[in-house]
Amino acid sequence: MILTLLILIPALAGIASFFVSSAFLRRSMLAGTAVLHCLLTAAAWVSAPEILLNGWLALDSAGLLFLSVSSILFLASSVYAVGYLGREHQQQQISEEGFIFTNTPESIFIACLQLFLSAMTLVCASQHFGLLWVGIEATSLASAPLIYFHRHQHSLEATWKYVLICSVGIGLALLGTLILTYSASMIEGEGLNLVLGQLLLNSADLQPQWLKVAFLFFLVGYGTKMGLAPLHTWIPAAYSEAPSLVALLSGALLNCAFLGILRIHQVCIAAGQSAFSCGLLVFFGLFSMAVAAFFIIGQKDYKRMLAYSSVEHMGILSLGIGLGGTAVFGSLLHLINHSLTKGMLFLAAGNILFVYKTRISSDVKGLLGRIPVTGALWVAGLFAITGAPPFGLFVSEFTIFKSAITQKHYLIAGLFLLLLAIIFAAMSYIMLNMAQGENSEPVKKESSFGIIPPVILFLLTLLLGLYIPPGLTDILNSVAFIFGGA
Amino acid sequence: MIILLLTNFSLLASSRLDACIRIITFQGIIIAFLPILTVRETHIIFSYPPYLLALVILTVKGIVFPVLLKHTLRSVKVRREIEPFVGYGASIVIGVIAMTFSFWVCRQIPLHGTTLSASALPVAIFTVFCGLFMIVSRVKAITQAIGYIVFENGVYVFGSALLIEQSFLVEVGVIFDVFVMVFILGIMTFHINRAFDHINTAKLEKK
Repeated sequence: MILTLLILIPALAGIASFFVSSAFLRRSMLAGTAVLHCLLTAAAWVSAPEILLNGWLALDSAGLLFLSVSSILFLASSVYAVGYLGREHQQQQISEEGFIFTNTPESIFIACLQLFLSAMTLVCASQHFGLLWVGIEATSLASAPLIYFHRHQHSLEATWKYVLICSVGIGLALLGTLILTYSASMIEGEGLNLVLGQLLLNSADLQPQWLKVAFLFFLVGYGTKMGLAPLHTWIPAAYSEAPSLVALLSGALLNCAFLGILRIHQVCIAAGQSAFSCGLLVFFGLFSMAVAAFFIIGQKDYKRMLAYSSVEHMGILSLGIGLGGTAVFGSLLHLINHSLTKGMLFLAAGNILFVYKTRISSDVKGLLGRIPVTGALWVAGLFAITGAPPFGLFVSEFTIFKSAITQKHYLIAGLFLLLLAIIFAAMSYIMLNMAQGENSEPVKKESSFGIIPPVILFLLTLLLGLYIPPGLTDILNSVAFIFGGA
Repeated sequence: MIILLLTNFSLLASSRLDACIRIITFQGIIIAFLPILTVRETHIIFSYPPYLLALVILTVKGIVFPVLLKHTLRSVKVRREIEPFVGYGASIVIGVIAMTFSFWVCRQIPLHGTTLSASALPVAIFTVFCGLFMIVSRVKAITQAIGYIVFENGVYVFGSALLIEQSFLVEVGVIFDVFVMVFILGIMTFHINRAFDHINTAKLEKK
């Protein structure tokens, strides 16, 4: 019952939002959906949800972990969205270049937000590779109108890039799915079945060459969606143009795509091809980090900077999984931490954008003086995202680093550390310059809708840095075990 | 299969957009008959009637897409792709190279198939290449959308060439997603046109 509700509630609420005319009702529906979804996810932690459609849909520990992260982030963003839509409701706005544009009608925006949640839930719960594909494609379709919220030229460019690049990527993943089916079809006597459990059972019989090709397509296809370099190009454009709810894209959507890669990795491990898949994951991980570091240095637009930071962290995730051993645990912990921290930073960036009306970081000065709470969050967020103690990201990055050292991958460990240091220096230069400086304007009162969600996300990251609850450790361990960790 | 090959070449060579749309309509219709052909050749018992699937594809690819695209075409008032990044002659040459490559690749990989898969696989890979090539080499938004449909067709042929029986649910999910995708592309082409007075994506670049 839980699982059915998890998928159906946001979907139905989303469709209903198209037709509700009262803005108040619509916004409360959004908040209500978010709260319900969160509660149901919590219920799934207590009692295991049912299995649907002959095992096509089931929430295993990995799915549950990813779902929880998405759900928390969605709750935070939807509370933020209620405040955001409140102040954005005037229909015509003047952009930076001085031309007039209108926003997407709010009903479409809210509806897509909820459909997006439903699609993400489907991704987390699907055990069937075909269904997984349908879910991931649905997330990109539902999120396209979110990016095109401000109807003007730049966001149009961003959305076009997003839709086209992601669709091609996802098309390649479909090709990967087909190839995987083909490699499974060589099993004598078995019916063709792409359910994860059955594939794992018969993994030894999968045709190894085809499986490798399938993994490549999956990595490239879902990697596009996840933002692994060199196919990350849509991320900076989309993130800088979309409203701050992009927190959801970065924190939850990228994870969903990552889950797609992890599922095929799981099959590869079971089939004894883990050396191949791990090597690729490590390579793409380091490459993404390097590309991100290169573009963060001297980045003028602070939302773009955050976007490249997402590319970097996706690289870290992939690196951690590729290394294996305890690094898998670190990588999963990193996933939670990154989502929470990045969510908070994007929401804070939204507050900054609202007050200063510019995305150019050199035009923003004296954050701490003008909007003290957001300013403080911004500085704290800087240290959290770059992995300084005592935040959660420090723990997870350190775990990955330690694992690389104990496995005697000194070169990888060295590169990892070097890139992290570069990114730390570059980001702190940009972000601290924004926070400090003279402030001539009076202190502005900040709305509680814009403050409470990022503060809560921030406290959660801090908590994970200091203390990981034993229940979470258990589930992280079990998930890490699935994905080849020790 | 040979017809499919030829449609790809004519797509690469034609500059008139309405001709392009006619060609992909034709391609869609041919593809729709593939599931039925597959059954004829192999006598595999599908868990659902292949005719149903053929019907769904025929409606989406043979009727809905062309109508949508034609509609967009009328509203944006462009007739031909004027300045592609790669010229038409060069496109054909690249097409030939891609085709040779596809046939070569298919000889290298282990197959356990029937005659259908042996002939259809290279064509499928070639179609995928053509679609990707159209996406990167053309400037107009609508041509890129057409390229995407070609790419999707290629993926689909690939699936049927390998005799993959996915379940009906997944097939319909895939088709539905592609449908919405094209729908969104169509709407966006319209918006791009309104915002810029042209649908050249090359000019979308940030100044």
